[in-house]
Amino acid sequence: MSILGTRVQRVEDPLFLTRGAVYTDDLVDERLAGALHLTLVRSPVAHARITSIDVSAAREAPGVVAVVTGAEIGLEPVVLQGGAPKETARPFLATDKVRFVGEPVVAVLTEELYQGQDAADLVEIDYDPLPAVVDPEEALKGEVLLFEDLGTNVVGGFGLDKEFDEHLFDDCEVVVTQKLVNQRVAAAPLETRAAAAVWGDDGRVTLWASTQNAQSARDAVAGWLGVERDVVHLITPDVGGGFGAKIGADPEFALVAQLARITGRAVRWSETRSENMTGMLQGRAQIQTITIGGNRNGDVLAYRLDVLADAGAYPRLGMFLPYFTRQMAPGVYDIPKVESRARTVVTTTTSIGAYRGAGRPEATAAIERAMDLFAAEIGMDPAEVRKRNVIAPDKFPFTTKGGATYDSGEYAKAIDKALEAADYAGLRAEQARRRERGDTVALGIGVSAYVEITGGGAFAENASIEVHPDGTVTVLTGTSPHGQGHATAWAMLASEHLGVPVEKITVKHGDTDLIPRGAGTMGSRSLQTGGVAVYQAAGELVELAKQRAAEVLEASVEDLEVAEGAVNVRGTTTSITLAALAEKEPLKVQTKFDSGAPTFPFGAHVAVVEVDLETGRAVVDRIVTVDDAGPVLNPLLADGQRHGGIAQGIAQALLEEVRYDDEGNPITATFADYAFPSAAELPSFTLVDMATPTPLNPLGVKGIGEAGTIGATPAVQSAVIDALSHLGIRHIDMPLAPLRVWEAIQAAKGDA
Amino acid sequence: MIPVGFEYVRATSVDEAISLLVEHGEEATLLAGGHSLLPVMKLRLAAPEVLIDIGRLSELSYIRVEGDEIAIGAGTKHRALEASELLAKECPLLPAAAHTVGDPQVRHRGTIGGSLAHGDPASDLPAAVLALGGTIVLRSPRGQRTVPITGFYTGVFSTVRDPDEVIVEVRVPRTGGAGWAYEKFVRRANDWAIVAVAVVDGRIGLANMGPTPLRASAAEAALADGASIEEAAALADQATDPVSDVPATAEYRRHLARVLTKRALTTAAGAAG
Ligand SMILES: Cc1cc2nc3c(=O)[nH]c(=O)nc-3n(C[C@H](O)[C@H](O)[C@H](O)COP(=O)(O)OP(=O)(O)OC[C@H]3O[C@@H](n4cnc5c(N)ncnc54)[C@H](O)[C@@H]3O)c2cc1C
Repeated sequence: MSILGTRVQRVEDPLFLTRGAVYTDDLVDERLAGALHLTLVRSPVAHARITSIDVSAAREAPGVVAVVTGAEIGLEPVVLQGGAPKETARPFLATDKVRFVGEPVVAVLTEELYQGQDAADLVEIDYDPLPAVVDPEEALKGEVLLFEDLGTNVVGGFGLDKEFDEHLFDDCEVVVTQKLVNQRVAAAPLETRAAAAVWGDDGRVTLWASTQNAQSARDAVAGWLGVERDVVHLITPDVGGGFGAKIGADPEFALVAQLARITGRAVRWSETRSENMTGMLQGRAQIQTITIGGNRNGDVLAYRLDVLADAGAYPRLGMFLPYFTRQMAPGVYDIPKVESRARTVVTTTTSIGAYRGAGRPEATAAIERAMDLFAAEIGMDPAEVRKRNVIAPDKFPFTTKGGATYDSGEYAKAIDKALEAADYAGLRAEQARRRERGDTVALGIGVSAYVEITGGGAFAENASIEVHPDGTVTVLTGTSPHGQGHATAWAMLASEHLGVPVEKITVKHGDTDLIPRGAGTMGSRSLQTGGVAVYQAAGELVELAKQRAAEVLEASVEDLEVAEGAVNVRGTTTSITLAALAEKEPLKVQTKFDSGAPTFPFGAHVAVVEVDLETGRAVVDRIVTVDDAGPVLNPLLADGQRHGGIAQGIAQALLEEVRYDDEGNPITATFADYAFPSAAELPSFTLVDMATPTPLNPLGVKGIGEAGTIGATPAVQSAVIDALSHLGIRHIDMPLAPLRVWEAIQAAKGDA
Repeated sequence: MIPVGFEYVRATSVDEAISLLVEHGEEATLLAGGHSLLPVMKLRLAAPEVLIDIGRLSELSYIRVEGDEIAIGAGTKHRALEASELLAKECPLLPAAAHTVGDPQVRHRGTIGGSLAHGDPASDLPAAVLALGGTIVLRSPRGQRTVPITGFYTGVFSTVRDPDEVIVEVRVPRTGGAGWAYEKFVRRANDWAIVAVAVVDGRIGLANMGPTPLRASAAEAALADGASIEEAAALADQATDPVSDVPATAEYRRHLARVLTKRALTTAAGAAG
């Protein structure tokens, strides 16, 4: 019986659940014995000129070994994102100007960690304040410039070469337009950022860092340090969550390595939660203007998406993400005319990077809002409008007007399954009853349909597999698990071919000397690239083993099969174990799988919310999701990914928002203020199965990591608005927290 | 997240804690459950030079009936209030309010004395004790005094407590069968109140509607004069001064106070008997 598709329990859990996992800050390594501790003095102001830095008192503080300023760090400012203007280079430690609260200015190194903050408090920095610019629309005006030499705050854009078509909506009976805010959110992983570095006598630096991809982090850090990439040995210990914000390297990693070089000692750094809430990349942060047009019969004919993306102070990956947003603009719909553009501006805020979905949830949120607004305008059921406009299943592969080629999909079926599981008709009847009775608790039903890109960044991945003479197996992967369960999943894939139990298979990742090539874990890419590579490697190993066994067993390769860790001659008892073969000669293969293109998982969510009309508080009562990512390797792991994603999706819709005041001060930088959810804010999830394989890899699998987030957010937003539709409310921006919902209700009452 | 250095002394009795307070003067601060003090120290918003730990004094941890009142030791944990059968019977508002504080970890560390002394207008127990018309017993080298909670708070995070005084006890009336309710409005289950309303025996305490916990006196008076619940609740935000912050504007808080008061009064009316 195949192990694929079964609920194998996570082999990594006993360690994680008993606190046995070793995160970067927990590392005990003799090379780090006596390491110095780095404390960063970060800017308390959003935008200012630095007029003086006095570190003399700090240098005298107990335990201080070095206090280093930007003038002394010996690293040139760097452009952190390819394609960003050269004027946006970020210094590793600010010298003449700061551009967001949390920007590092001075590095303090102490013998003991606790001495660091005391010394940091003695650093005196004079700031000559400049006006902050927090709102991207303000930034667009260019009245306050972050980079004077650039002469503008616009740092990038897509689709700006031609004007919008003024006749786009000419054929439409109905046209609706709406401005939307897809708000800024914090990744807030349980493990904050951390790094440790030590230089060896061989002139190489060993750098431990909490990242989602060791190999690209190594390349970035080497580049920033100005050394060959072989000089950097990057190791990722256990990583406690990333959600996209730990893709690649942060400048602090290079800072740690450079400070170790300057002092000739090991240096370690682990940021505090407060630092994390301003220093770590944040997500989303788009202002969108949508326009949708069509006929009263429900046909959507044209759609326009205009994106203004906030890059934060120094452009990072967030600058690129509107590319995905544009690509996925039409979502699951076959819309004859689609146009979009995106502009990215810098603001005096924390930089924007990837966050679970990264560019695609923003596209889905926009088109799904557009569908609802269109449905409301023509007075048609929103689920009906969706089904009427989706791409038909016989049209795949389908190239959309967004420019993406979707591999496979059955969108109407996904919507129907979700509606059926939720008892949509029953819910609508209940909603009508409540309205008739004048209940103070209104029922709202939200439907979303989505398609997304997984494996969108890097299509190829490496894997190697070796059977050892003791019968154990080692798998090396270029993916970089930080919660996903690759140790279990990759072992299952190897076990499928080798017949070796998963307990005997060890999966290793994230050590660049051991695994020099790999693209890490992001964009839900791992299974469809790295997992398939492991599966392929195990298959190749079987062939190699058969060839070797053929000689030993004096049998022909065609008569051999591999089962339960041994090569057997079919129909006989003659066999040799893989372990015995490995004893004679290393039994190992290295391979690479290249899918050549991304895949496009899809699904539909139905959210049911109750809204207290007196207080504005919305509670998700149920959420039913169809998340089709092809055949499921391990339902336990896939369900876990869906659960986490749905939770984060609901949280963006109802709770989470990173906010700044007008001076650019973060006002949600603690966990008391930043409202990420707990289990108590969430319902139980109803997960409906559906599996449409992709032709792009032999397992037919697509990515599942971000699906929940992408589908849940618009479904929940839509449900809350739906609950209030009888009051004439058509749109409320996220998060639909009680205050905002109450204000919308008040405004609607005022209008009535 | 590392506090400024401090000295730590563990008091073995209330008397010793008082003499340590006298010895160290303004530089000293009492440490009970630490769940309000330590967070502000870690953010370096407070930097006491000496911490006098009273967290393990069993003499401060009790709940007992004394005549018409219930006496509660200042060191009694929220969890003990929540789980007390005595309180469930004699003063059910208090365990209900304690049950809404933070999460189980917080409730197993935080104390009623710490909560009252800290004076955060958003906290739950001060509003509940205010609605109960409780009193606070303070001990110092000058002896013991009892202050009604109505006169205890002077502003945000400030009280009439002298620096050398220890809260030793909180006294609340036995409310028996009087109607009561605790309505707390939060974004997330473990959050501080955006607004909370405590109702017992026709008295109404408000959390987070001003710099200190407040009584909704106008609403109480209206009720006493025979107004309906709706009419009385409409006055619940009178003489309040709520702040505007991320989760709520002042106007929204006023509205919530009225709605929650209406709900609490309705529940209390149903619970009386
Ligand atoms: C995550 C989290 C969530 C929370 N949520 C809530 C909530 O929802 N509602 C709520 O009401 N509270 C909440 N709290 C606060 C919690 O209830 C605290 O425990 C309480 O406010 C303080 O009690 P403590 O014993 O921990 O006091 P400590 O932190 O030890 O002390 C607080 C202050 O009181 C003084 N003090 C303590 N005991 C005495 C005494 N006997 N005499 C004189 N002065 C004294 C101290 O010197 C200090 O100034 C939360 C706390 C946390 C960490």
